[in-house]
Amino acid sequence: MTKAVALLVALFALWLALSGYFKPFLLTLGVLSCLFTVFLAARMKLLDDEAVPLQLRLSLLLYWGWLGREIFKSALAVSKVILAREMPIGQQLIAIPSTQKTEMGHVIFANSITLTPGTVTVAAGGGRFLVHALNEGFAAPEGFAEMDKRVTAVEVR
Amino acid sequence: MDFFTVDLLRDIASGIAFAAGGVFLLIGTFGLVRLPDVWSRLHAAGIVDTVGAELMLIGMMIQAGFTQATVKLLLISLFLFVTSPTATHAVANAAFVAGIRPVRLRRNEAADVIGETVKKAAKS
Repeated sequence: MTKAVALLVALFALWLALSGYFKPFLLTLGVLSCLFTVFLAARMKLLDDEAVPLQLRLSLLLYWGWLGREIFKSALAVSKVILAREMPIGQQLIAIPSTQKTEMGHVIFANSITLTPGTVTVAAGGGRFLVHALNEGFAAPEGFAEMDKRVTAVEVR
Repeated sequence: MDFFTVDLLRDIASGIAFAAGGVFLLIGTFGLVRLPDVWSRLHAAGIVDTVGAELMLIGMMIQAGFTQATVKLLLISLFLFVTSPTATHAVANAAFVAGIRPVRLRRNEAADVIGETVKKAAKS
């Protein structure tokens, strides 16, 4: 029930942000269409932790800020590699352990690794991710451990 | 501060964002041409669709100010933030499954991750 209400509020906020209409008639139509969508989602049994991730902590927003800084730093590092005369490439496929409990946590961690230039998540299995790194500088285990710790902290309330 | 100074500051800030974003887009495209294989080129593409695209969107947000357009730009950047790594991962995983391996590979721990998946699949 909480998830249905949360989805309704989120859908209506999206409707308002994208349409920008405030006439009573159109607002009514908007509310009705949002209600119908929530009804369909409930009928399809989509109201779970994946579709309405209410279990995530609000500190996810702070994590995004931290991730933004990390992305910028490693983008600079990759740019240096690209612009160097003799490109210092030493490609690696490394196994990175992950401590998240839920599927959502795994997705956030794997996507964060891929978002950071210089590292890409290739496959997952046995509580570990296979990560491709451009050279030794991007494969340092300390960086991954720190990111892993931060993702685990925002995963479950 | 009168109206014109605010306008000027906004133009300067968005100009910096556009210039930095443009430089990153250029470097990423340059890397896409220069790097040796699929795997390393993914990283150049990563620069383009994270830092390059987001800086461009931030520049546009500063230009638009507190309007509905900014909300829409914010939504675009959010969706880009979620979908672009998914697409990159899909390409990387497809290359891995197809048996393409990086050139001059220094360290390969693929067996540590994939071996267990194979064992699990065999068990079930």
